[in-house]
Amino acid sequence: MEAPKTIAHEIGGVQNDALRFGLHGVKSDIVGSHPLESSFQSTRKTNEEIKRKFLANTYGSAFPLRMDLDMQILSRFQRPPGAIPSSMLGLEAMTGSLDNFGFEDYLNDPRESEVLRPLDMHHGMEVRLGVSKGPVCSKELQLFNGATSTPHFRQTLTLKPYNPKKVPSMDARRTPRTVIDPKVRHVGFFAPPDRSHTAPPDPVSSSTSSSPPVTDISPTGNSLSPVMIPPPRHSSDNRPIPYPPVPASPLRRDSIAPGSYNPSDFYSATSPTASSYVSRMVAGEGEFSDDVVALSPGRVARGSLVKTVAGPAASSFPGGGFNLTAVKASSVPVSGLTTVSVVNLPPGIAEKTGGASVQVQNDGPANVKPQKEKSTKAERRALQEAQRAAKAAAKAEGSKAPAAASAATTSVNVKPAKATKVPSQKNETTSVAASEKKGGDRPPEKDRKKDVPHPRMQYDDKSRVEKAKRRSVVKQTEARNRVELFRHLPQYEHGTQLPDLEAKFFQLDPMHPAVYKAGLQYLSGDISGGNARCVAMLSAFQAAIKDYSTPPEKTLSRDLTAKISSYVSFINECKPLSISMGNAIRFLKSRIAKLPLSLSESEAKTSLQLDIDRFISEKIILADKVIVKHAVTKVRDGDVLLTYGSSSAVEMMLLHAHELGKQFRVVVVDSRPKLEGQLLLRRLVGKGLSCTYTHINAVTYIIHEVTRVFLGASSILSNGTVYSRVGTACIAMVAHKFRVPVLVCCEAYKFHERVQLDSICSNELGDPDAIAKFPGREEIKSLNEWTNSENLQLLNLRQV
Amino acid sequence: MDFQVVVLAGGTSKKLVPLVSKEVPKALLPVANRPVLSYVLELLELSNLKDLIVVVEGEDAALSVGGWISGAYADRLHVEVAAVPEDVGTAGALRAISHHLTANDILVVSGDIVSDVPPGAVAAAHRRHDAVVTAMLCSAPVSGPSESGSSSGKDKSKKYGRYNIIGLDPTKQFLLYIATGGELEKDVRIQKSILRAVGQMEIQSDLMDAHLYAFKRSVLQEVLDQKETFQSLKQDVLPYLVRSQLVSLMRFLHDSSQVLSQTLANASTPSFHQQYSAPVRRTHKCCVYIANNRNYCARLNSIQAFSDINRDVIGEARNLSGYSFSAQNNIIHPSAELGSKTTVGPHCMLGEGSQMGDKCSVKRSVIGRHCRIGSNVKVVNSVVMNHVTIGDGCSIQGSVICSNVQLQERVVLKDCQVGAGCVVNANTESKGEAFYRKEK
Repeated sequence: MEAPKTIAHEIGGVQNDALRFGLHGVKSDIVGSHPLESSFQSTRKTNEEIKRKFLANTYGSAFPLRMDLDMQILSRFQRPPGAIPSSMLGLEAMTGSLDNFGFEDYLNDPRESEVLRPLDMHHGMEVRLGVSKGPVCSKELQLFNGATSTPHFRQTLTLKPYNPKKVPSMDARRTPRTVIDPKVRHVGFFAPPDRSHTAPPDPVSSSTSSSPPVTDISPTGNSLSPVMIPPPRHSSDNRPIPYPPVPASPLRRDSIAPGSYNPSDFYSATSPTASSYVSRMVAGEGEFSDDVVALSPGRVARGSLVKTVAGPAASSFPGGGFNLTAVKASSVPVSGLTTVSVVNLPPGIAEKTGGASVQVQNDGPANVKPQKEKSTKAERRALQEAQRAAKAAAKAEGSKAPAAASAATTSVNVKPAKATKVPSQKNETTSVAASEKKGGDRPPEKDRKKDVPHPRMQYDDKSRVEKAKRRSVVKQTEARNRVELFRHLPQYEHGTQLPDLEAKFFQLDPMHPAVYKAGLQYLSGDISGGNARCVAMLSAFQAAIKDYSTPPEKTLSRDLTAKISSYVSFINECKPLSISMGNAIRFLKSRIAKLPLSLSESEAKTSLQLDIDRFISEKIILADKVIVKHAVTKVRDGDVLLTYGSSSAVEMMLLHAHELGKQFRVVVVDSRPKLEGQLLLRRLVGKGLSCTYTHINAVTYIIHEVTRVFLGASSILSNGTVYSRVGTACIAMVAHKFRVPVLVCCEAYKFHERVQLDSICSNELGDPDAIAKFPGREEIKSLNEWTNSENLQLLNLRQV
Repeated sequence: MDFQVVVLAGGTSKKLVPLVSKEVPKALLPVANRPVLSYVLELLELSNLKDLIVVVEGEDAALSVGGWISGAYADRLHVEVAAVPEDVGTAGALRAISHHLTANDILVVSGDIVSDVPPGAVAAAHRRHDAVVTAMLCSAPVSGPSESGSSSGKDKSKKYGRYNIIGLDPTKQFLLYIATGGELEKDVRIQKSILRAVGQMEIQSDLMDAHLYAFKRSVLQEVLDQKETFQSLKQDVLPYLVRSQLVSLMRFLHDSSQVLSQTLANASTPSFHQQYSAPVRRTHKCCVYIANNRNYCARLNSIQAFSDINRDVIGEARNLSGYSFSAQNNIIHPSAELGSKTTVGPHCMLGEGSQMGDKCSVKRSVIGRHCRIGSNVKVVNSVVMNHVTIGDGCSIQGSVICSNVQLQERVVLKDCQVGAGCVVNANTESKGEAFYRKEK
């Protein structure tokens, strides 16, 4: 944080513009700045830095970034360059320099100088428009300005419809290109192009006045915000909710929509379909519990029943033996099934083979729990000692010793500690030995939840990666030849995960089948795209909630949250979560947390399922409809619309415009390796649209005939950055260059409060082999052996 | 995971006639001195599938199989044995126990598979595609001892009956056509609609149907109910499902919310089913899981296969046998006694309590428990089961000798099968014969 020891020699700046500002003196280059001056400057910088750190620690790292953003915005409220300098009141209030009153405020004010050079307004304007370089005014007049030191933001999308007749006016606030400024960002649709707009990146405020209602659902989506629209009363729950008429005023909506929206209110007895749904749910519930309790003769020992039934069954055949005559007599002619071998697992074996049951659960929670609580500290201590001894013994025995042997040795040690505790020590001791051997006696579910690799874990942190790897369900081998700059992102050998996960299909007991299926589909790439992945995940969770039953002595809200978290970590291992999924998960968890304790289990489950249904129908389906309805107004007859990749919202919009009878042509731009555009093209052509298909390298050629660009997005961040499939930025920049308006269709539930300045910090890496392979063109083999060459690294970025 | 497992253990198969008998049904034929059913059960146990229904043809066979399972797997597996009448076929067997099936999906495993392909993989593929049926295919095994090469003509004739004609889509995930080579006449008839929908179809004959299927329960029960005449899963049910996949008549297939399914369908990689105008017609999917070439998979459905599998299990697929091999690549039980100058080559197995005389040589063979083998005996490429007495100077090549057989002196057998309890007289020389015990 040292200030430069010499005064900067501004190349291309004021000092070199000899015609305007006179000859440049070399003195400042040679002499160097005064030590006091440099220390003064560095103090200011250090203080600023400290302050930022404080803020980051207190409010999270996004806060100083947001402040930077505000600073940039405020620094742009300026008067046009001229006689009266900009006062920068907002900026000063923001930085706190308004409170400081230094000598420069009353002494040596250049504005009061008699020899003040008249300000060159033309030059200032040129600078602002990016025509020439240099500061807007001569250096002395520059107040401390946060914007001058801001980093250049990466290209973002300008949504402003371009009007060729309207030459950028002299209004400095609306200039599209300024060197020191980040690009103008507008998010959401805003209809009147002539509305003067100073580009705050806040999507909510930008769309309140003119945009349709759903776009102003709060971007975080973590709770049911007051602007949420409840589904109309007549809608049934499994039919898509018809698009409601746009309310005349937002006030009317407010009267309907409360933040405390209670589904039971809406699905009251007056609505027959809803009530039948509820009753069906209850019926299903009853059936389920029936299943657990009843001992149907055909399938005695299935699932959780194994333990309870195993006792009597084993006692009737002593020693696990099999009495032929007895079976013959007892085998019912209807069933035709004879149970010849019953799992009569001592808990130790269950622990070893199942790998997922817990010591406490083994003996049935009912009889062990209270005893466990009773055990005194000394007893626990003794038990711990015994376990330690058992571990040592097991170690000493070596791996060749069977488990039974070690159990036998431990039983001697443990007995004194256990004698008071459980009368049947043998089972207990074996289970202790087994669980000790496994090295973990915590419930695995909790275990997994605790050590979920954070979605944004830094993958170059070796110890953490190791830890996460040990816990992970999906076996992942790291890819070779990784690109150094992207080491912090997870990148794995592709192709090894799927067979491994498939082989483990039956081992993953705690995973619900529906969640497992969703995970498999993500992993194999069967489902891609933000909306589809989110819907698939929510449907899986819905199925999981439906089959969920709270274990005894646990509360639904806590246990279900833990369950959902374990599901989420599994899905995250299959494929990193998209932002839309993250928002949906947050929504679900908050709904679980907010469940009233008075609700019964079945009611709670029903309410959660309805919540999920509502999320899907409102935040995704309805949002898409609104987007389509609005975006269709931007399509005029004779337009040529360009789209990139395959976005569901854009596709719906195109189809809707076609249904409305608008005459337009579509250019589908696609890129390797996924070639998603081909599927879109197939569907569009199937519906009778006239399409052109090209790859992204031809976009500059095709852009000449394009009149509008429609893009999808996987997320929109709080600084207005559009986060989407790689290549989108390229399309947007080309469109910008050629003065083609770009419109981004993105549902509000994909908004996220994160601020991201580049595509490096957080991204998704794809399979590098996918780049090297050319399906259908096997004759191209130049990259076949690329992993063997040390110096070649392929990078397959997914997002930009 | 909501799967139920049915093991079809068969009964006394006619194809294996000299080997099987009332006492030893097909499921209990020893492969490397373990019943063949144990390979399946252990494969399932390894996948954490402990709740099984074993269906056996015939009451007697069911009793002996049940007895064996209860002895060997007490406390490890929960097995229910169902006896069905003989000759009802695989579909009939399933029909008989159909009311016990409750889970969403049913895994049907043939009891004679010797394999290390995880059944979870099949189940996962099944779930992933939401398929109606998923069949496991593996590359067809090379028949006969690979190095002998003498009986190639015979192999070919045997192989003819075994190979399948299998049509797959280009991604090799969906089953478009399946027929066994035996029942096929000269031409393969493929439905035009399927071909039109899929665009491109690969027909392979080097794949074998491993008889490991995952079925959607509702479909399976519906098909079994409707088509009373269906006898075999492979020859009737599976081809029926494959044929009708584009024009599904199943009642159970329900469409969820139109828009939602449309969103999902658009985003997922479409199979040809969707491209075939999905909204109008109901379709169902028939998938395949093709086992990796590294995995071993074979079915014990012929005498040739029996000796092949025995050879492989102690040879190349040794990880299956569960024994630890000695440095000489063979397994000799410590209680076995060898005479002087007797050699046991690699890929051999000698059961407990067996005795061998002097100057014997054993190559690539399995010898069971408590056998008494005289001097100067050569055993090559053969399987000798338990309690067999072999006299001096015998030579056995490529043969199967069942339990309690007595071979007298200087018997020369080549490619023969000797049924249980036979007595072969001295100085018999025979080639390619089957010996039965005369029924009294």
